[in-house]
Amino acid sequence: MAIASPDFRELRLDRVSRNFGALNVLKEISLTVRRGEFIALLGPSGCGKSTALNCIAGLLSLSDGEIWLDDRRVDTLKPEERGFGMVFQKYALFPHMNVRRNVGFGLQMHGVAKAARERRVDEALSVVRLGAQSAKLPGQLSGGQQQRVAIARAIAVEPPLVLMDEPLSNLDAKLRLEMRAEIRRIHRLLGSATIYVTHDQDEALSLADRIVVLRDGEVRQIGTPQELYQRPLHADVAEFMGFRNALAGKIVGRSGDDVEVDCGVTGRVSGKALEASAGTDVLVAIRPSDLVPMSDGPILGKVTAMEYRGEAYYGTIASDGGQELFFRADQPIALGEAVKLGAPADRVLVYAGKRDRV
Amino acid sequence: MPESGIVSEPASPLARPRRRSLAERGFDGVTLLVLPAALFVLLLFVYPFLYGLALSFAPKTGDWLANYTRFFADPYMYRTIWLTLRLALPVTVLNIALSVPIAMQVRHMRHQRLLTTILVLPITLGTVLVAEGLLNYLGPHGWFNRTLVSIGLIDRPIRLVQNYWGVFLSLIVTGFPFAFLLTLSMISGIDPALEQAAATLGGRAHQRFRRIVLPLIIPGLAVIFCLAFVDAFSVFPSAVMIGAPAAETRVISLAASQAAFEQYDYSYASAIAMIMAAVQFGFVAAVLGIRGLLYRGPAGGGKG
Repeated sequence: MAIASPDFRELRLDRVSRNFGALNVLKEISLTVRRGEFIALLGPSGCGKSTALNCIAGLLSLSDGEIWLDDRRVDTLKPEERGFGMVFQKYALFPHMNVRRNVGFGLQMHGVAKAARERRVDEALSVVRLGAQSAKLPGQLSGGQQQRVAIARAIAVEPPLVLMDEPLSNLDAKLRLEMRAEIRRIHRLLGSATIYVTHDQDEALSLADRIVVLRDGEVRQIGTPQELYQRPLHADVAEFMGFRNALAGKIVGRSGDDVEVDCGVTGRVSGKALEASAGTDVLVAIRPSDLVPMSDGPILGKVTAMEYRGEAYYGTIASDGGQELFFRADQPIALGEAVKLGAPADRVLVYAGKRDRV
Repeated sequence: MPESGIVSEPASPLARPRRRSLAERGFDGVTLLVLPAALFVLLLFVYPFLYGLALSFAPKTGDWLANYTRFFADPYMYRTIWLTLRLALPVTVLNIALSVPIAMQVRHMRHQRLLTTILVLPITLGTVLVAEGLLNYLGPHGWFNRTLVSIGLIDRPIRLVQNYWGVFLSLIVTGFPFAFLLTLSMISGIDPALEQAAATLGGRAHQRFRRIVLPLIIPGLAVIFCLAFVDAFSVFPSAVMIGAPAAETRVISLAASQAAFEQYDYSYASAIAMIMAAVQFGFVAAVLGIRGLLYRGPAGGGKG
């Protein structure tokens, strides 16, 4: 493979902030991305993840903070001087240029001679497996093909850093899985660093080496997919990582890392609850797949919905505490029937804090 | 024609196939709504045009082509084509050349509404008022010349009215807003992500304009050119009021008007009007022909 990212060690974001008027969309984001790493910026819409990407690309200026590429400060440079590759959500292919000219555009702008340009366009197109379509206009391609062209265009200039802004959100489910594998393959092939913005936790888990969870413009947690999936640091991160059930309560007893909560559940303390003792207000987070009917289950309620999802049934109960909770069952349960639900202690996370926005 | 989704049940089963095939071709009750407009065009445009065309081939004296041979034999007459083109072409080109860079700057502005409102004013004032205003403002005793004299830039007033430049400027004043507003709406229609993509790929501002924006707006600019050119080519009030109608701004519409209302030769006036139409049509056809060779697809960045 001739396309290789130029040497660089790391990209460093140092307390990067961005305001829109009085609104702080990004609050002192600090992050170091190393060569070869795949970083996912994950968060709900409005969390500032796209703003962060645009700040790195230079499409938005910073309100405060600095961005460094090794020893070079880049946040003061214009986007055309940074040399990062970017893949846009809606592809942003040049509609009047055919695939070849789209992919070759960056090389042309960088003054690469025609012969070398042609060769590198061929390479980029073969990386995304689109050689046969090179004479077509973007309008004649399918969504998946357009996305491949957009990726080829971004990598043809051999950038140290590839930025992707929800590149798969416009594709259908099957194509999304296919392109996910493609993006992983291309990232490995190039060895450059990738920063990938998404609101889809599955995408982030499957692609990233490290995930940065953003909320309200702040970094909530940075970690490997495993860390984030198993040990979210905060209740809101847990909710975003699939812990859909959140119960409020007080600690009544503790042995080691296991605490008993007055709602009857025993779980493992996490995040800031590590030092918590009896009487502390806590939030208990449980994944629907871990909450199952059991004869001595502490959570009581009546089934209000049931749906079949192939590997199991998933249902909803209105708990006796007046809350809607989601659970898994191997057998369907009739609507209105009373059930007892429970979860193994090592699958239950307990966070210090009261219910505010969950 | 828009197809209406609701088709009333046909009265008899026999009527069904015929009804459906008409509806499939886009004819239904809604189609009738086009009739008033069609009638209007027919009565007020097509009929007068054909009448004028016929009239132009029925001269007062001579054979059926006499009006046309008379026009092209008389330098005083055929030179009006050149005099009109000499005004209309530079004015149109300049209006568009000014519109594009200004629209590029204005499209991201926050108070765009205010600017567009100010620019619409000259259009609503009409050519007569603008010509009169310029006559005062640019005249030998107008503010413009007095200011230049008082700050010592010139010794005596420069002549900006009752000549070519007076008409030229008035056509800029009335024609620019028109070209600008059309250009602005077209440039605003280009997906900003295209330029952002070009920037991340290393394209500098002038390269982004030349390689991305310009190719996408040129087909639209061609249409704007045609509209603005036809508008400028039929210049009449300002050519009379602020120009030199006996000499350098004796435009073709003036020649036609004189033939009709001073010499009462409607046939000859019709012939001049036909020649005027032919020249306009020639330019429009040429411009649109060239446009046909260019990319004319959507200016968006994909399926979005």
